[in-house]
Amino acid sequence: MSEHGHAAAHAPEGATTKLFLMVWIGLLILTLVEVFLAYMQTPLTIMLIILIGLSTAKAAMIIAYFMHMKYEKVSLAMILFPLTVFCILAMFIVVPDAIRSLALRP
Amino acid sequence: MASEAKTVTSVWSGGGSPFAIGSKKFGMWLFIISDMLTFTALLVAYTYLRMSTATWPTPFHFSPSIIFSTVMTLVLLSSSLTMVFAVHSMSHGNRGNTVKWIVATMAFGAGFVVLHMIEWLHLINDEKVTPFSNPWNEPLFGATFFGITGLHMTHVTIGVIYLGIIAFGVGRGKFTYEDVEVSGLYWHFVDLVWMFVFPLIYLMSVSM
Repeated sequence: MSEHGHAAAHAPEGATTKLFLMVWIGLLILTLVEVFLAYMQTPLTIMLIILIGLSTAKAAMIIAYFMHMKYEKVSLAMILFPLTVFCILAMFIVVPDAIRSLALRP
Repeated sequence: MASEAKTVTSVWSGGGSPFAIGSKKFGMWLFIISDMLTFTALLVAYTYLRMSTATWPTPFHFSPSIIFSTVMTLVLLSSSLTMVFAVHSMSHGNRGNTVKWIVATMAFGAGFVVLHMIEWLHLINDEKVTPFSNPWNEPLFGATFFGITGLHMTHVTIGVIYLGIIAFGVGRGKFTYEDVEVSGLYWHFVDLVWMFVFPLIYLMSVSM
């Protein structure tokens, strides 16, 4: 195995406990914003759009910092995520059928 | 000769990792991606059913249901922080602190499962919601709710056992930094999934 192939035996540089605490606080704040939207009884469509946005941001923070993806080589992220996002978006091809079957119900 | 040596050590020449990570970590990432698609498929199925049902129930009152599930979310988020600290301690070779942080993570994980079971039992016994029936005559509500949250809870339970094995091994001087980091990847993924389950299943079902 070449030198490049060895796994890092230590935490990535720049990943400090202070940074992780700040990310955690950020995740808590975004969670409370989501709960606040529910408390305010925001209309469902608007709430869905905002919730998906906030949840995606939270997922990105977890992947980037807690899962160290920010400190990995870009090639790893490039091989893992574009295909995943494509597959996830492709699944939503069923949504028009859901709308159609709603209209078909008596 | 120099160019030949350069070719051999190139990440594209075979024998090296183009991603500069170990095979265990890469394997866990591939598992996480496949599991991500499993949960997405379930959430899309839930979306399909909900959109095609005009009378889909929204049974969760803000107090106590949403407050309760928010506490569960905070517990899981905190478990991710303790897991990060465990990986961080291991990177400094401090096995004692690593075990302590992993045990703290397990405690949060177990706490999450206990809170979840309390919520489930409340729904089953008091609200009469089961995977097959409910007072609103939309049996698919229970099927999707218990299916998705149940699969997630299974992941948490397996995670607690996995972390227990890692903590035991680290305490006995076995396992490397990579092993702890890989177990951390799994744990953070479980947290990540909940970041979608919580808003889509709970917050979108607040009774108006």
